[in-house]
Amino acid sequence: MQGGRPGAGRRFLKGVGEYFQPQEAIPGSLYRTIMLTGGLGAVVLWCILTYGGFVSPLFLPSPTDILRTGVELYRDGSLIAHTRASTFVIFSGWALAAVLAVPLGILMGSFKVVEALIEPVVDFVRYLPVSALIPLLILYIGIGTAEKIAVIFIGTFFQLILLVADVSAHVSKDLLDAAYTLGASRSHVITRILIPATLPGVMDNLRITMGWAWTYLVVAELVAADRGLGYLILDSMRGLFTDRIFVGLMVIGLLGLATDQFFKWLHRVLLPWSPKV
Amino acid sequence: MAAPKLVLRDITMVYPARRGQAITAIDRLSLQVGEREIVSIVGPSGCGKSTLLRLVAGLIRPTSGEILLDGRRVEGPGADRGMVFQSYTLFPWLTVQGNVEFGLRLRGVGPEERRAIARRYIELVGLVGFENAYPKELSGGMMQRVAIARVLANDPEVLLMDEPFGALDAQTRALMQELLLQVWEKTHKTILFVTHDIDEAIFLGDRVYVMTARPGRIKEEIPVPLPRPRALEVTTAEPFMAIKRRVLSLIREEIGSAR
Repeated sequence: MQGGRPGAGRRFLKGVGEYFQPQEAIPGSLYRTIMLTGGLGAVVLWCILTYGGFVSPLFLPSPTDILRTGVELYRDGSLIAHTRASTFVIFSGWALAAVLAVPLGILMGSFKVVEALIEPVVDFVRYLPVSALIPLLILYIGIGTAEKIAVIFIGTFFQLILLVADVSAHVSKDLLDAAYTLGASRSHVITRILIPATLPGVMDNLRITMGWAWTYLVVAELVAADRGLGYLILDSMRGLFTDRIFVGLMVIGLLGLATDQFFKWLHRVLLPWSPKV
Repeated sequence: MAAPKLVLRDITMVYPARRGQAITAIDRLSLQVGEREIVSIVGPSGCGKSTLLRLVAGLIRPTSGEILLDGRRVEGPGADRGMVFQSYTLFPWLTVQGNVEFGLRLRGVGPEERRAIARRYIELVGLVGFENAYPKELSGGMMQRVAIARVLANDPEVLLMDEPFGALDAQTRALMQELLLQVWEKTHKTILFVTHDIDEAIFLGDRVYVMTARPGRIKEEIPVPLPRPRALEVTTAEPFMAIKRRVLSLIREEIGSAR
């Protein structure tokens, strides 16, 4: 481009450049448009690849194929049965982890004695791949539903305990001291300050570990399963029923999304005072 | 001076070091605060001002020396020594009303009485209409006003203030200083006020203690014979300026010696 008046190209580049300022906000309408473009773009690309015949249905079935298979599986009742089985395993394993990890995490974050006692064990187990523990789980508790719940439990418990410990360790010391100078005893400080102060962080981490629980589903249903979405996916692989695999993935993704939204809603309703709301 | 309400006698505070040598934060410090007096403590940063307040609050124990409130030895934290912190320490899950009632609830004061007392102090700090607001909805200045009301509702013997306006912008800080004096005119609480702001220390205090750089000792005690009630205009008049010049030169010596 010649000197003097900047050319149209340079003006365009300059305009676009403004939107690539690190950490700067962009207009909300632009954000939504780009978001929609991203989502629609993925769908459009998918349609072009499948309906255009560029990719074999063996690798990537078309949206209509997946929808048709989904309806089929729903009609014969198997999709509901799979979903129900997986949801039960996930929620049981996660709930069991939550019930134990939240109080333990709060104790670990608040009391150095507890931290010294359990942190080495937690840090050790945390790095073990859950799938590597499956043989032991089978040995200890068999191949039934309990084993699947145990996989989810192990996958979330050791992570959650550290996340919660971190939350409670970061409760402002001044908040506790303020309570002391208002006449609170140590047990008051624990029950009336420490625990409520951890709630927003605990809620957040419960939501996050619920997401991780879904990612352990296939591992959980690896062994001797006869139902479940993870099983559906593994079983479909044998007959190369790619469309069924995608149905399984879609349902897992949608359930995960729904659970996430549910937790965010719960956070707003239960903790209206939370700075994160 | 009135009979000493609060006495600190030969206080030494040594923090054991993890490695190397221990740190002496406060070294044989003595001071007293009279009933209904406002005493300010200024000093260079790191001189142990905050440590001093935490000692009086009973949140930490001195290595040696003793702290007496009304002749009784301080052994731990208690509602008779309410503290306002520099950081925002309102309980986020409680409303303004809930925060102000916190100490009363701990003591088992009934709901009717609690509400009446909270109302009185919320009025005193000018926050009527915000009773049901959560802390996240308040500005920094408003949060500190609630923190003051929360401590006063407990009717403490001494009010300990650790740079309570330090995080506020200059204008809000000036207004808060005036508000604190108005509150004092109505409650006549004994106040021990720690700050690094020399103007603030003089404007509020009946006396100003200047501390030395670490280890913290009392370098000098300076009376502030300015008449009360005081308004901010007093800070521009010559008597105030004279005191300020004096404090400033003392602080300058300390900052110089610390380097």
